[in-house]
Amino acid sequence: MTEIPKGGYAARLPQNHPVALYPPYRTSVKRSPQAAPLSFPTTISEETGPVFGHDLLGPKDADLLHNFGPQDQSAIGPRIVVHGRVQDQFGRPVVGALLEVWQANAGGRYRHKKEGYLAPLDPNFGGCGRVITGPDGSYEFRTVLPGPYPWPNGPNDWRPSHIHFSIFGAGFAQRLITQMYFEGDPLIWRCPIVGSIQDKAAVERLIAPLDMERTLPMDARAYRFDITLRGRRQTMFENRMEGL
Amino acid sequence: MTDHPETASQTAGPYVHIGCTPNFAGIHGVYPEDLGARMITGDATGERITLIGQIFDGTGTPLRDAMIEAWQADANGLYAGQEGADPHFSGFGRCPCDAEDGSFRFETIKPGTVAWPSGGTQAPHVNLWIVARGINLGLHTRAYFADAPQNDSDPVLGRIEHSVRAKTLLAQAEGSGVYRFDIHLQGPDETIFFDV
Ligand SMILES: [Fe+2]
Repeated sequence: MTEIPKGGYAARLPQNHPVALYPPYRTSVKRSPQAAPLSFPTTISEETGPVFGHDLLGPKDADLLHNFGPQDQSAIGPRIVVHGRVQDQFGRPVVGALLEVWQANAGGRYRHKKEGYLAPLDPNFGGCGRVITGPDGSYEFRTVLPGPYPWPNGPNDWRPSHIHFSIFGAGFAQRLITQMYFEGDPLIWRCPIVGSIQDKAAVERLIAPLDMERTLPMDARAYRFDITLRGRRQTMFENRMEGL
Repeated sequence: MTDHPETASQTAGPYVHIGCTPNFAGIHGVYPEDLGARMITGDATGERITLIGQIFDGTGTPLRDAMIEAWQADANGLYAGQEGADPHFSGFGRCPCDAEDGSFRFETIKPGTVAWPSGGTQAPHVNLWIVARGINLGLHTRAYFADAPQNDSDPVLGRIEHSVRAKTLLAQAEGSGVYRFDIHLQGPDETIFFDV
Protein backbone atom coordinates (compact mmCIF):
# COMPACT_ATOMS: atom_id res chain seq x y z
CA MET A 1 0.00 0.00 0.00
CA THR A 2 1.38 3.38 -1.03
CA GLU A 3 2.22 5.67 1.88
CA ILE A 4 -0.07 8.73 1.92
CA PRO A 5 1.84 11.88 2.87
CA LYS A 6 0.71 14.04 5.78
CA GLY A 7 0.77 17.47 4.11
CA GLY A 8 -2.32 19.48 3.22
CA TYR A 9 -4.51 18.72 0.24
CA ALA A 10 -3.44 20.46 -2.95
CA ALA A 11 -5.81 23.28 -3.84
CA ARG A 12 -8.68 22.42 -6.15
CA LEU A 13 -8.18 23.72 -9.72
CA PRO A 14 -11.32 25.46 -10.99
CA GLN A 15 -10.65 24.54 -14.62
CA ASN A 16 -11.22 20.87 -13.76
CA HIS A 17 -14.78 21.63 -12.66
CA PRO A 18 -18.02 23.10 -13.98
CA VAL A 19 -18.71 26.79 -13.44
CA ALA A 20 -21.28 27.48 -10.71
CA LEU A 21 -23.40 29.82 -12.84
CA TYR A 22 -24.23 28.35 -16.25
CA PRO A 23 -27.47 29.92 -17.53
CA PRO A 24 -28.22 27.17 -20.09
CA TYR A 25 -28.64 24.96 -16.99
CA ARG A 26 -31.48 27.08 -15.68
CA THR A 27 -31.60 25.92 -12.08
CA SER A 28 -28.00 27.06 -11.61
CA VAL A 29 -29.04 30.70 -12.05
CA LYS A 30 -30.56 31.10 -8.59
CA ARG A 31 -28.53 28.41 -6.85
CA SER A 32 -24.99 29.56 -7.66
CA PRO A 33 -23.06 31.59 -5.06
CA GLN A 34 -21.94 34.98 -6.37
CA ALA A 35 -19.20 35.96 -3.91
CA ALA A 36 -15.63 34.70 -4.12
CA PRO A 37 -15.10 31.66 -1.90
CA LEU A 38 -12.88 31.88 1.18
CA SER A 39 -9.58 30.08 0.69
CA PHE A 40 -7.40 28.62 3.41
CA PRO A 41 -5.03 25.66 3.67
CA THR A 42 -6.69 22.41 4.64
CA THR A 43 -6.75 21.63 8.36
CA ILE A 44 -7.54 18.52 10.36
CA SER A 45 -11.23 19.31 9.67
CA GLU A 46 -10.80 18.75 5.93
CA GLU A 47 -7.98 16.18 6.08
CA THR A 48 -10.07 13.72 8.06
CA GLY A 49 -13.38 12.30 6.93
CA PRO A 50 -15.77 9.46 7.58
CA VAL A 51 -14.27 6.08 6.77
CA PHE A 52 -16.51 3.15 5.90
CA GLY A 53 -15.53 -0.46 6.28
CA HIS A 54 -16.50 -3.44 4.18
CA ASP A 55 -18.85 -4.51 6.99
CA LEU A 56 -21.14 -1.72 5.77
CA LEU A 57 -21.81 -3.62 2.58
CA GLY A 58 -24.47 -6.20 1.96
CA PRO A 59 -23.79 -9.09 -0.46
CA LYS A 60 -25.80 -7.50 -3.30
CA ASP A 61 -24.86 -3.85 -2.79
CA ALA A 62 -22.67 -3.85 -5.91
CA ASP A 63 -25.21 -5.74 -8.01
CA LEU A 64 -27.96 -3.39 -9.15
CA LEU A 65 -29.25 -6.15 -11.40
CA HIS A 66 -30.41 -8.09 -8.35
CA ASN A 67 -30.39 -5.89 -5.22
CA PHE A 68 -34.02 -4.75 -5.41
CA GLY A 69 -36.29 -7.28 -7.12
CA PRO A 70 -37.55 -10.60 -5.83
CA GLN A 71 -35.05 -13.43 -5.45
CA ASP A 72 -33.30 -14.29 -8.73
CA GLN A 73 -35.23 -11.73 -10.80
CA SER A 74 -32.87 -9.60 -12.90
CA ALA A 75 -33.49 -5.97 -13.82
CA ILE A 76 -34.67 -5.40 -17.38
CA GLY A 77 -32.25 -3.95 -19.94
CA PRO A 78 -28.74 -4.25 -21.35
CA ARG A 79 -26.52 -5.79 -18.69
CA ILE A 80 -23.23 -4.02 -17.99
CA VAL A 81 -20.25 -4.13 -15.66
CA VAL A 82 -18.83 -0.76 -14.59
CA HIS A 83 -15.33 -0.88 -13.19
CA GLY A 84 -12.30 1.32 -12.71
CA ARG A 85 -9.76 2.65 -10.28
CA VAL A 86 -9.92 5.52 -7.83
CA GLN A 87 -6.62 7.35 -7.51
CA ASP A 88 -5.51 10.70 -6.15
CA GLN A 89 -4.06 13.46 -8.30
CA PHE A 90 -0.55 12.13 -7.69
CA GLY A 91 -1.49 8.68 -8.95
CA ARG A 92 -1.73 6.92 -5.58
CA PRO A 93 -4.62 4.47 -5.27
CA VAL A 94 -7.40 5.61 -2.94
CA VAL A 95 -7.97 2.52 -0.82
CA GLY A 96 -11.27 2.03 0.98
CA ALA A 97 -13.14 4.77 -0.90
CA LEU A 98 -16.92 4.41 -0.68
CA LEU A 99 -18.69 4.85 -4.02
CA GLU A 100 -22.46 5.24 -3.99
CA VAL A 101 -24.14 5.09 -7.39
CA TRP A 102 -27.66 5.83 -8.62
CA GLN A 103 -29.28 5.86 -12.00
CA ALA A 104 -32.44 5.63 -14.10
CA ASN A 105 -33.60 2.23 -15.33
CA ALA A 106 -33.08 1.05 -18.91
CA GLY A 107 -36.09 3.08 -20.04
CA GLY A 108 -34.77 6.30 -18.50
CA ARG A 109 -37.10 6.27 -15.49
CA TYR A 110 -36.04 6.93 -11.89
CA ARG A 111 -37.75 5.30 -8.94
CA HIS A 112 -38.64 8.65 -7.31
CA LYS A 113 -41.92 10.26 -6.37
CA LYS A 114 -40.99 13.55 -8.07
CA GLU A 115 -40.22 11.81 -11.37
CA GLY A 116 -42.92 12.24 -14.00
CA TYR A 117 -41.45 10.64 -17.13
CA LEU A 118 -43.96 8.32 -18.78
CA ALA A 119 -41.45 5.49 -19.26
CA PRO A 120 -42.41 2.65 -16.89
CA LEU A 121 -40.75 1.57 -13.67
CA ASP A 122 -38.99 -1.77 -13.69
CA PRO A 123 -40.26 -3.86 -10.74
CA ASN A 124 -36.81 -5.46 -10.50
CA PHE A 125 -34.77 -2.27 -10.44
CA GLY A 126 -34.28 0.09 -7.48
CA GLY A 127 -31.51 2.17 -9.00
CA CYS A 128 -28.93 2.42 -6.20
CA GLY A 129 -25.80 0.53 -5.26
CA ARG A 130 -22.48 0.96 -3.50
CA VAL A 131 -18.99 -0.47 -3.43
CA ILE A 132 -15.71 0.13 -1.57
CA THR A 133 -12.38 0.24 -3.40
CA GLY A 134 -9.84 -2.51 -2.81
CA PRO A 135 -6.12 -2.30 -1.95
CA ASP A 136 -5.29 -1.13 -5.50
CA GLY A 137 -8.10 1.45 -5.59
CA SER A 138 -10.20 -0.67 -7.95
CA TYR A 139 -13.95 -1.13 -7.85
CA GLU A 140 -16.61 -2.93 -9.87
CA PHE A 141 -20.39 -3.15 -9.94
CA ARG A 142 -23.07 -4.63 -12.19
CA THR A 143 -26.14 -2.85 -13.46
CA VAL A 144 -28.21 -2.12 -16.55
CA LEU A 145 -27.35 0.53 -19.12
CA PRO A 146 -29.49 3.51 -18.04
CA GLY A 147 -31.71 5.08 -20.66
CA PRO A 148 -31.61 8.76 -21.66
CA TYR A 149 -34.51 10.84 -20.36
CA PRO A 150 -36.16 14.20 -21.04
CA TRP A 151 -36.04 16.85 -18.33
CA PRO A 152 -37.63 20.23 -17.76
CA ASN A 153 -34.99 22.82 -18.64
CA GLY A 154 -35.08 24.07 -22.23
CA PRO A 155 -38.03 23.14 -24.43
CA ASN A 156 -36.53 19.79 -25.46
CA ASP A 157 -33.57 18.75 -23.31
CA TRP A 158 -32.54 15.11 -22.90
CA ARG A 159 -29.98 13.82 -20.46
CA PRO A 160 -27.44 11.47 -22.00
CA SER A 161 -27.30 8.01 -20.42
CA HIS A 162 -25.44 8.46 -17.14
CA ILE A 163 -24.72 7.00 -13.73
CA HIS A 164 -24.39 9.32 -10.71
CA PHE A 165 -21.42 8.69 -8.39
CA SER A 166 -20.90 9.96 -4.84
CA ILE A 167 -17.34 9.39 -3.64
CA PHE A 168 -15.81 9.48 -0.15
CA GLY A 169 -12.02 9.41 -0.11
CA ALA A 170 -9.97 9.59 3.09
CA GLY A 171 -10.58 13.30 3.73
CA PHE A 172 -13.67 15.49 3.63
CA ALA A 173 -11.69 17.73 1.22
CA GLN A 174 -11.93 14.92 -1.35
CA ARG A 175 -15.71 14.70 -1.23
CA LEU A 176 -17.09 14.56 -4.77
CA ILE A 177 -20.31 13.91 -6.63
CA THR A 178 -20.14 13.41 -10.38
CA GLN A 179 -21.75 11.62 -13.31
CA MET A 180 -20.35 9.00 -15.65
CA TYR A 181 -21.35 9.03 -19.32
CA PHE A 182 -21.07 6.34 -22.01
CA GLU A 183 -18.79 6.37 -25.02
CA GLY A 184 -20.51 7.26 -28.27
CA ASP A 185 -23.65 8.87 -26.83
CA PRO A 186 -24.62 11.80 -29.12
CA LEU A 187 -26.56 13.48 -26.29
CA ILE A 188 -23.41 14.16 -24.22
CA TRP A 189 -22.34 17.23 -26.19
CA ARG A 190 -25.87 18.65 -26.27
CA CYS A 191 -26.42 18.48 -22.51
CA PRO A 192 -26.39 21.78 -20.53
CA ILE A 193 -25.32 19.97 -17.37
CA VAL A 194 -22.29 18.55 -19.18
CA GLY A 195 -21.80 21.99 -20.80
CA SER A 196 -21.30 23.59 -17.38
CA ILE A 197 -17.81 22.06 -17.61
CA GLN A 198 -15.93 24.42 -19.93
CA ASP A 199 -12.87 22.24 -20.52
CA LYS A 200 -13.45 19.60 -23.20
CA ALA A 201 -10.78 17.30 -21.77
CA ALA A 202 -12.48 17.40 -18.36
CA VAL A 203 -15.72 16.28 -20.01
CA GLU A 204 -13.95 13.52 -21.90
CA ARG A 205 -12.65 12.13 -18.61
CA LEU A 206 -16.28 11.58 -17.56
CA ILE A 207 -16.98 9.43 -20.61
CA ALA A 208 -16.43 5.73 -19.94
CA PRO A 209 -15.15 3.73 -22.90
CA LEU A 210 -16.43 0.29 -23.74
CA ASP A 211 -13.95 -2.23 -22.33
CA MET A 212 -14.17 -5.45 -24.32
CA GLU A 213 -11.42 -7.05 -22.21
CA ARG A 214 -13.66 -7.04 -19.15
CA THR A 215 -16.82 -8.04 -20.98
CA LEU A 216 -18.46 -11.16 -19.57
CA PRO A 217 -19.13 -13.30 -22.66
CA MET A 218 -22.82 -14.15 -23.14
CA ASP A 219 -23.65 -12.00 -20.10
CA ALA A 220 -22.64 -8.33 -19.89
CA ARG A 221 -20.62 -5.66 -21.65
CA ALA A 222 -18.11 -3.65 -19.59
CA TYR A 223 -17.35 0.06 -19.28
CA ARG A 224 -14.31 1.53 -17.56
CA PHE A 225 -14.52 4.69 -15.45
CA ASP A 226 -11.41 5.85 -13.61
CA ILE A 227 -11.80 8.53 -10.96
CA THR A 228 -9.21 10.99 -9.67
CA LEU A 229 -9.61 12.71 -6.30
CA ARG A 230 -7.53 15.48 -4.75
CA GLY A 231 -4.27 14.41 -3.13
CA ARG A 232 -2.13 15.40 -0.16
CA ARG A 233 1.24 17.04 -0.58
CA GLN A 234 4.42 16.02 1.18
CA THR A 235 4.88 18.10 4.32
CA MET A 236 8.45 18.76 3.15
CA PHE A 237 7.19 20.28 -0.07
CA GLU A 238 4.77 22.55 1.77
CA ASN A 239 7.45 23.76 4.14
CA ARG A 240 9.67 24.56 1.21
CA MET A 241 6.87 26.49 -0.46
CA GLU A 242 6.30 28.50 2.70
CA GLY A 243 10.01 29.25 2.96
CA LEU A 244 10.24 30.68 -0.57
CA MET B 1 5.05 11.84 -9.76
CA THR B 2 2.78 12.85 -12.59
CA ASP B 3 -0.22 14.99 -11.78
CA HIS B 4 -3.60 13.67 -12.81
CA PRO B 5 -6.44 16.18 -13.08
CA GLU B 6 -9.20 15.79 -10.52
CA THR B 7 -12.39 14.25 -11.94
CA ALA B 8 -14.93 16.96 -12.72
CA SER B 9 -17.90 17.43 -10.43
CA GLN B 10 -21.43 17.25 -11.77
CA THR B 11 -24.63 18.25 -10.04
CA ALA B 12 -26.16 15.72 -7.65
CA GLY B 13 -29.41 16.34 -9.52
CA PRO B 14 -32.98 15.98 -8.28
CA TYR B 15 -32.69 12.26 -7.49
CA VAL B 16 -29.67 12.31 -5.17
CA HIS B 17 -31.84 10.65 -2.52
CA ILE B 18 -32.07 7.45 -4.54
CA GLY B 19 -28.33 6.93 -4.23
CA CYS B 20 -27.52 8.57 -0.90
CA THR B 21 -30.62 8.09 1.25
CA PRO B 22 -32.67 5.41 -0.51
CA ASN B 23 -34.82 4.62 2.54
CA PHE B 24 -35.81 8.30 2.71
CA ALA B 25 -36.63 8.06 -1.02
CA GLY B 26 -38.95 5.12 -0.36
CA ILE B 27 -36.55 2.49 -1.72
CA HIS B 28 -36.57 -0.09 1.03
CA GLY B 29 -34.80 -3.39 1.39
CA VAL B 30 -31.56 -2.44 -0.34
CA TYR B 31 -29.70 -0.93 2.65
CA PRO B 32 -30.84 -1.52 6.25
CA GLU B 33 -30.33 2.15 7.14
CA ASP B 34 -29.43 5.36 5.30
CA LEU B 35 -25.78 6.36 5.68
CA GLY B 36 -25.18 9.11 8.24
CA ALA B 37 -28.65 8.79 9.78
CA ARG B 38 -27.16 8.77 13.30
CA MET B 39 -24.12 10.70 14.50
CA ILE B 40 -24.45 9.62 18.14
CA THR B 41 -24.04 5.86 18.13
CA GLY B 42 -23.83 5.17 21.86
CA ASP B 43 -23.13 6.90 25.14
CA ALA B 44 -21.23 9.80 23.60
CA THR B 45 -19.45 12.34 25.79
CA GLY B 46 -20.48 15.97 25.61
CA GLU B 47 -23.39 18.36 25.34
CA ARG B 48 -26.26 17.11 23.19
CA ILE B 49 -27.29 19.70 20.62
CA THR B 50 -29.57 19.88 17.60
CA LEU B 51 -28.35 21.74 14.52
CA ILE B 52 -31.21 22.84 12.29
CA GLY B 53 -31.60 25.11 9.29
CA GLN B 54 -32.82 25.65 5.77
CA ILE B 55 -30.99 26.34 2.52
CA PHE B 56 -32.36 29.28 0.52
CA ASP B 57 -31.88 30.07 -3.17
CA GLY B 58 -31.48 33.56 -4.65
CA THR B 59 -35.24 34.14 -4.58
CA GLY B 60 -35.46 33.31 -0.86
CA THR B 61 -37.14 29.98 -1.52
CA PRO B 62 -35.94 27.03 0.56
CA LEU B 63 -34.42 24.14 -1.39
CA ARG B 64 -36.55 21.06 -0.91
CA ASP B 65 -34.34 18.70 -2.89
CA ALA B 66 -30.92 19.40 -1.35
CA MET B 67 -28.75 17.06 0.68
CA ILE B 68 -26.42 18.30 3.39
CA GLU B 69 -23.60 16.44 5.12
CA ALA B 70 -21.97 17.26 8.45
CA TRP B 71 -18.49 16.26 9.58
CA GLN B 72 -17.31 17.34 13.00
CA ALA B 73 -15.03 16.60 15.92
CA ASP B 74 -16.18 15.03 19.16
CA ALA B 75 -16.53 16.90 22.46
CA ASN B 76 -12.77 16.73 22.97
CA GLY B 77 -11.98 18.10 19.53
CA LEU B 78 -10.99 14.77 17.98
CA TYR B 79 -12.30 13.46 14.69
CA ALA B 80 -13.40 9.84 14.29
CA GLY B 81 -10.33 7.89 13.25
CA GLN B 82 -7.97 10.02 15.36
CA GLU B 83 -6.41 8.32 18.35
CA GLY B 84 -8.58 8.73 21.44
CA ALA B 85 -11.68 9.84 19.56
CA ASP B 86 -15.04 9.06 21.16
CA PRO B 87 -16.06 5.55 19.98
CA HIS B 88 -19.73 6.43 20.48
CA PHE B 89 -19.71 9.35 18.06
CA SER B 90 -19.36 8.94 14.28
CA GLY B 91 -18.84 12.62 13.52
CA PHE B 92 -20.63 12.14 10.21
CA GLY B 93 -24.22 13.05 9.48
CA ARG B 94 -26.17 13.18 6.26
CA CYS B 95 -29.58 14.79 5.96
CA PRO B 96 -31.94 15.03 3.01
CA CYS B 97 -33.78 18.33 3.31
CA ASP B 98 -37.47 18.05 4.09
CA ALA B 99 -39.61 17.68 0.98
CA GLU B 100 -42.14 20.23 2.30
CA ASP B 101 -40.24 23.04 4.05
CA GLY B 102 -36.63 22.20 3.12
CA SER B 103 -35.45 21.97 6.72
CA PHE B 104 -32.48 19.88 7.81
CA ARG B 105 -31.66 18.58 11.27
CA PHE B 106 -28.66 16.93 12.91
CA GLU B 107 -28.89 15.41 16.39
CA THR B 108 -25.30 15.71 17.53
CA ILE B 109 -22.98 16.91 20.27
CA LYS B 110 -21.19 20.22 20.66
CA PRO B 111 -17.72 19.77 19.15
CA GLY B 112 -14.58 20.80 21.02
CA THR B 113 -11.85 23.09 19.69
CA VAL B 114 -9.63 21.44 17.11
CA ALA B 115 -6.01 21.94 16.17
CA TRP B 116 -4.82 24.49 13.60
CA PRO B 117 -1.92 23.19 11.46
CA SER B 118 0.69 25.75 12.53
CA GLY B 119 -0.24 25.64 16.23
CA GLY B 120 -3.15 27.12 18.14
CA THR B 121 -6.75 26.00 17.79
CA GLN B 122 -9.87 26.51 15.76
CA ALA B 123 -13.14 27.41 17.47
CA PRO B 124 -15.77 24.63 17.68
CA HIS B 125 -17.39 24.12 14.29
CA VAL B 126 -19.33 21.68 12.17
CA ASN B 127 -18.07 21.24 8.61
CA LEU B 128 -20.92 21.19 6.13
CA TRP B 129 -21.16 20.10 2.50
CA ILE B 130 -24.18 20.94 0.37
CA VAL B 131 -25.29 19.38 -2.91
CA ALA B 132 -28.48 19.77 -4.95
CA ARG B 133 -29.93 20.13 -8.39
CA GLY B 134 -28.50 23.37 -9.84
CA ILE B 135 -25.35 23.21 -7.68
CA ASN B 136 -22.57 22.12 -10.03
CA LEU B 137 -19.84 21.67 -7.41
CA GLY B 138 -20.63 20.70 -3.81
CA LEU B 139 -20.38 23.67 -1.43
CA HIS B 140 -18.18 23.55 1.67
CA THR B 141 -18.91 25.79 4.62
CA ARG B 142 -18.80 25.66 8.44
CA ALA B 143 -21.28 26.31 11.21
CA TYR B 144 -19.60 27.98 14.19
CA PHE B 145 -21.53 28.67 17.39
CA ALA B 146 -22.47 32.33 17.89
CA ASP B 147 -22.15 32.02 21.67
CA ALA B 148 -18.65 30.44 21.65
CA PRO B 149 -15.93 32.69 23.15
CA GLN B 150 -13.27 30.94 21.00
CA ASN B 151 -14.67 32.54 17.81
CA ASP B 152 -12.68 35.73 18.42
CA SER B 153 -9.39 33.93 17.89
CA ASP B 154 -10.45 31.50 15.17
CA PRO B 155 -8.00 31.62 12.25
CA VAL B 156 -10.65 30.96 9.58
CA LEU B 157 -13.10 33.57 10.86
CA GLY B 158 -10.13 35.92 11.13
CA ARG B 159 -9.45 35.48 7.43
CA ILE B 160 -12.79 36.86 6.26
CA GLU B 161 -12.24 39.96 4.13
CA HIS B 162 -15.66 41.52 4.66
CA SER B 163 -16.23 41.11 8.38
CA VAL B 164 -19.91 41.95 7.94
CA ARG B 165 -20.26 38.52 6.30
CA ALA B 166 -18.76 36.60 9.25
CA LYS B 167 -22.19 36.25 10.82
CA THR B 168 -23.22 33.96 7.95
CA LEU B 169 -20.99 31.31 9.57
CA LEU B 170 -22.57 31.59 13.02
CA ALA B 171 -25.27 29.22 14.18
CA GLN B 172 -27.63 31.04 16.56
CA ALA B 173 -28.78 29.49 19.82
CA GLU B 174 -32.55 29.04 20.02
CA GLY B 175 -32.59 27.52 23.52
CA SER B 176 -32.78 23.91 24.75
CA GLY B 177 -29.59 23.03 22.88
CA VAL B 178 -31.02 23.96 19.48
CA TYR B 179 -28.85 25.96 17.09
CA ARG B 180 -30.15 27.38 13.82
CA PHE B 181 -27.85 27.68 10.82
CA ASP B 182 -29.61 28.97 7.72
CA ILE B 183 -27.69 28.88 4.47
CA HIS B 184 -28.18 31.40 1.67
CA LEU B 185 -26.83 30.48 -1.75
CA GLN B 186 -27.19 34.06 -3.02
CA GLY B 187 -28.37 37.51 -2.00
CA PRO B 188 -27.37 40.03 0.68
CA ASP B 189 -27.00 37.29 3.28
CA GLU B 190 -25.05 34.92 1.00
CA THR B 191 -23.23 32.37 3.16
CA ILE B 192 -19.46 32.26 2.96
CA PHE B 193 -18.46 29.12 1.08
CA PHE B 194 -14.95 27.71 1.15
CA ASP B 195 -12.39 26.85 -1.44
CA VAL B 196 -10.48 24.51 0.81
FE1 LIG C 1 -29.71 11.60 -13.51
